[in-house]
Amino acid sequence: MAAHDTNKVDAVTGISTTGHEWDGIQELNTPLPRWWLWLFYICIVWGIGYVIAYPAWPLVSSYTRGVLGYASRDQIETDMASLKVQRGEMVAKMESASLVEIEKDPKMLEVARALGKAAFGTNCGPCHGQGAQGGPSYPNLNDDQWIWGGSLDQIYQTIQYGIRNENPDSRQGPMPAFGKDGIIPKADIPAVAAYVVTLSGRKPEGKVDLAKGQKLFAENCAACHGDAGKGNPEVGAPNLTSNIWLYGGDEKTIIETITNGRGGVMPGWAGRLEPATVKALAVYVHTLGGGQ
Amino acid sequence: MSLAEVPQTPDDDDIPLYEARKEIYPQAVHGRFRTIKWIILAITLGIYYFLPFVRWYRGPNAPDQAVLIDLANRRFYFFFIEIWPQELYYVTGLLVIAALILFLMNAVAGRVWCGYLCPQTVWTDLFYAVERMIEGDRRERLQKAQRGTWDLERISEKILKHTLWLMIAWWTGGAWVLYFADAPTLVRELVTFQAPVVAYVWIAILTFTTYSLAGWMREQVCLYMCPWPRIQAALTDEYALNVMYRYDRGEPRMSAKKAEAARKAHEPAGDCVDCFQCVNVCPTGVDIREGSQLGCIQCGLCIDACDNVMAKLGRPAGLIAYDTDDNAERRAKHEEPVYRIVRPRTIIYVALIALVGAVMLYALTNRNNVGISALHDRNPLFVRLADGAIRNAYTIRVTNKALDARPFRLEILGLNEPKFEVIGVPQTGATSTLLEAGPDQTRELRVLVTLPKALIQNEKMDVSFRLTDIVDGASATVRDHFFAPEGVYHHKQDDKHGQ
Repeated sequence: MAAHDTNKVDAVTGISTTGHEWDGIQELNTPLPRWWLWLFYICIVWGIGYVIAYPAWPLVSSYTRGVLGYASRDQIETDMASLKVQRGEMVAKMESASLVEIEKDPKMLEVARALGKAAFGTNCGPCHGQGAQGGPSYPNLNDDQWIWGGSLDQIYQTIQYGIRNENPDSRQGPMPAFGKDGIIPKADIPAVAAYVVTLSGRKPEGKVDLAKGQKLFAENCAACHGDAGKGNPEVGAPNLTSNIWLYGGDEKTIIETITNGRGGVMPGWAGRLEPATVKALAVYVHTLGGGQ
Repeated sequence: MSLAEVPQTPDDDDIPLYEARKEIYPQAVHGRFRTIKWIILAITLGIYYFLPFVRWYRGPNAPDQAVLIDLANRRFYFFFIEIWPQELYYVTGLLVIAALILFLMNAVAGRVWCGYLCPQTVWTDLFYAVERMIEGDRRERLQKAQRGTWDLERISEKILKHTLWLMIAWWTGGAWVLYFADAPTLVRELVTFQAPVVAYVWIAILTFTTYSLAGWMREQVCLYMCPWPRIQAALTDEYALNVMYRYDRGEPRMSAKKAEAARKAHEPAGDCVDCFQCVNVCPTGVDIREGSQLGCIQCGLCIDACDNVMAKLGRPAGLIAYDTDDNAERRAKHEEPVYRIVRPRTIIYVALIALVGAVMLYALTNRNNVGISALHDRNPLFVRLADGAIRNAYTIRVTNKALDARPFRLEILGLNEPKFEVIGVPQTGATSTLLEAGPDQTRELRVLVTLPKALIQNEKMDVSFRLTDIVDGASATVRDHFFAPEGVYHHKQDDKHGQ
């Protein structure tokens, strides 16, 4: 039950009431100070000024630009430009320094690793993973096995020109499809695969003619992978005696690899990224741990 | 509920929605508490304005300003203490102590903070002093305001007052920015207009806030903006000293002559002569005779005013005095007043202050000027190498809080014959290496740890890294793990099953 009776004065406090009464409880009139009201008006005036000065109203295909001409996109461009100036000195130093010099200088190494890490996440991460951990068909760059060589210069070369792309400077030479193209009779491929399994110290499944496998390996595979299967980074032939397998080390996958061949590709980054960034990437990958 | 019972809004004409400000014209007063307030004002403002110029030599690699908040290099210097961003908990500790001291002050003497130490009070006091100096005391200011005419004298007075106010406000803002850069250099840059824009912006902001808060808002800040009176009312008790009108002595109010006559006739006569001096001097415009209230900042100026009147009347001082609610009741019952400064509440506050202070002092005196932190690579968690060995990689941050470059030994502990490698640092030992960290700097290192297959006992092995200053032996250790894939060590268990 609500009642109202204005101009009443509360007996206990001597303060006038608003006239609102709820279940016998009266509301005392304790108004806000008037400057509070002014602040409200100031906010309205400010709001109008803001709408005039800054981008505010959406239009059909555009929006009101505001008389100050402010745009957050301009702001980011200014920020990026100043960042470039800020980095300029170090970037110039890195461009003229050799890769080895960059790695030896603690300050340059720190900058190169930070720059490389950021560039790697954006450009290389989609295939190699954010931590360069790789995955099936995409090599792990943290380990010590390198298909195309793990020295600073070899890594730099690979990043600059890529692998098996249109650029003639890129790494070339796919693994032939020995089975599909009939170079090795399909019936003999399990024997070759079984022999390859033994190269890394494991026992092949089932009973196969290992001697035949070894003979076929020597005839067809050793040219690139070497007699002992140690691989050859010059032609991108991986080491077959280790624990690391790009496409999978089980017999079934090895049979598939021999049958259909392999030829992973990678784009070249020279020209796409700034020279200092490509150098930073080479240093970053080299210092991930596996660099030779 | 029928429609007739629905509450209706009364006519708005009857109720003022916003309250017009009650202008107050505090009168000058002399006395004990006024003197104390002048002294505190001089000390606190003196510290605030001149502290940035105090020098404190720390060595060639650090600034020599005693109190400096170096935002660009993320350091806070306070005399012999240097705080890094990760040590911000010292500041938290200081804030905890500050809050506890505020509570203790409140338990002992109510809103003594409000009345004497609060920046709002101190600057408002200073601004009132300027106003009084130029426009005259309460009577003159009131008369000029009531007359309402704007003659040349009044206009020039106003201009002079606001100019002086703005100068004080500008100096306040100017002193503020000096805490964030080398003060003498910044002063030189400021006057030659070569200081960074941000410095001028902050001076402008602080000038505006000081001018508006101390010149215009004044008591409105205490009455409407400040949260402390609300919190304070919930924290206080009946034993806290408050500025109090001793109504048992003051009532019934009557003129001095009537009171004298009444006393001769042995009739009740109060000491309060209703002269309104206590109200006139009040910087927040309250009437203390209405009891403790939100508007009262307990500055004690009404005590000075009343004591002066009592002295003239030949009555004892202390009609208005610092007293407790408890004593007000006791006096009414003609009992002796009791002061209980030492009581559980104050003991607890003092104990807490001592405890937090001791913890901070311990942390400060025992803090390490060497720091190490390790961040294990998340992805990949481990790397399998060509020969089957497992490698883990860590990002290790080596912190040298000393102001000189120091040679350190970084070593790995807890693993059996690991291969230990720090990228970019020439290896000097099998499980340790020597490196240098620059003055007052953190150096980030990539550390690789490799274990041959045969030495891996577990999926997750404990490892720690220790950093030692090879000269003074100061060291810090950080613990982490060495992770390995499940299959690597399972063969041992398989062997057991086979037996």
